[in-house]
Amino acid sequence: MSREDVLVTAAWSEENLGAPGVVFVEVDEDASAYDTGHIPGAVKVDWRKDLQDPVRRDFIDRAGFEKLLSARGIANDDTVVLYGGNNNWFAAYAYWYFKLYGHESVKLLDGGRKKWELDGRPLEADPVSRPETTYSAKDQDLSLRAFREEVVEAINAKNLVDVRSPDEFSGKLAAPAHLPQEQAQVKGHIPSAINVPWSKAANEDGTFRSDEELRELYKEAGLDEGKATIAYCRIGERSSHTWFALRELLGYSDVKNYDGSWTEYGSLVGVPVEIGAQN
Amino acid sequence: MSSCGAPDQSLPANVDAGKEIVLTGKVTKGGEPVGGAFVRLLDSTGEFTAEVVASDAGDFRFFAAPGDWTVRALHRTGNGEATVSAAGPGLHDVAITVA
Repeated sequence: MSREDVLVTAAWSEENLGAPGVVFVEVDEDASAYDTGHIPGAVKVDWRKDLQDPVRRDFIDRAGFEKLLSARGIANDDTVVLYGGNNNWFAAYAYWYFKLYGHESVKLLDGGRKKWELDGRPLEADPVSRPETTYSAKDQDLSLRAFREEVVEAINAKNLVDVRSPDEFSGKLAAPAHLPQEQAQVKGHIPSAINVPWSKAANEDGTFRSDEELRELYKEAGLDEGKATIAYCRIGERSSHTWFALRELLGYSDVKNYDGSWTEYGSLVGVPVEIGAQN
Repeated sequence: MSSCGAPDQSLPANVDAGKEIVLTGKVTKGGEPVGGAFVRLLDSTGEFTAEVVASDAGDFRFFAAPGDWTVRALHRTGNGEATVSAAGPGLHDVAITVA
């Protein structure tokens, strides 16, 4: 696995618009961006409406994922190129999600919508429809997904990487400064976690930093390369971005995303919580 | 829940500019508003804090803690930045020219 296998540049993407077997998918939290302009030919996935179970707090199941991808016209052997706003947070989340259900060839557009727009590349608002497929998903690959029991057991045993801002980590804020203050019952972080905000993994144009810079960043923060790693944030989207950097770019083998993240952990009864800045 | 909406000049009803520090401004180029810039809020050490997309009229807004901030705008026609010192509650104006 190397950077070229998992990331594509905006230039490559523009050259491959409409190429057979390549499907561009925009993933956002707020789907209105797609509706006003998207990469030509790209289909839309709404992070909340399409990927979350409408009743339970969980993902749509395997059959639901098959139905979604079939309806979007994505075939099992297509190369899926994901991109989105917010520095690719939700596109990275979708990347992890597609891997979870075993999609073979999936890539992230480096820099997402931001880089595409900054380069002045074309956007169009026309509706896109692709002929329906019969998509077949696999069972979830749980080597990529951490649940709460495993997270509690990981305290002082595995790398826990908290990718939220320092103020969320220390317990000053419950959510990023520009998002609603909601959800978890208490503030703080999981004991023994290191704090490496997701933004440190990205350049200002939204592209990922180089492998050398990333390796140095996590090493400097105290990541033990000999141990398994679990990344978390508030709702699992920013930590997908860091999961991507650690597993897909740097090639660490045992890296999971804890999608329950602080929203779940900070509401659990009886688990240890720490407050205050990182030592 | 919109995380990077494009704010207009008015403040939401639940925001009290008498209590909160609000950094607000417009992105311009050659005296004309520039819409759709990526506007980044950096703290006094240059560390990334938040990012929004400016409205079609170039307007942006952040809520912040007291301190010195740099606001940096990235646009396909150019980049620019400005600093603002926000000691206390109220609207703090910060204009950014991209070139």
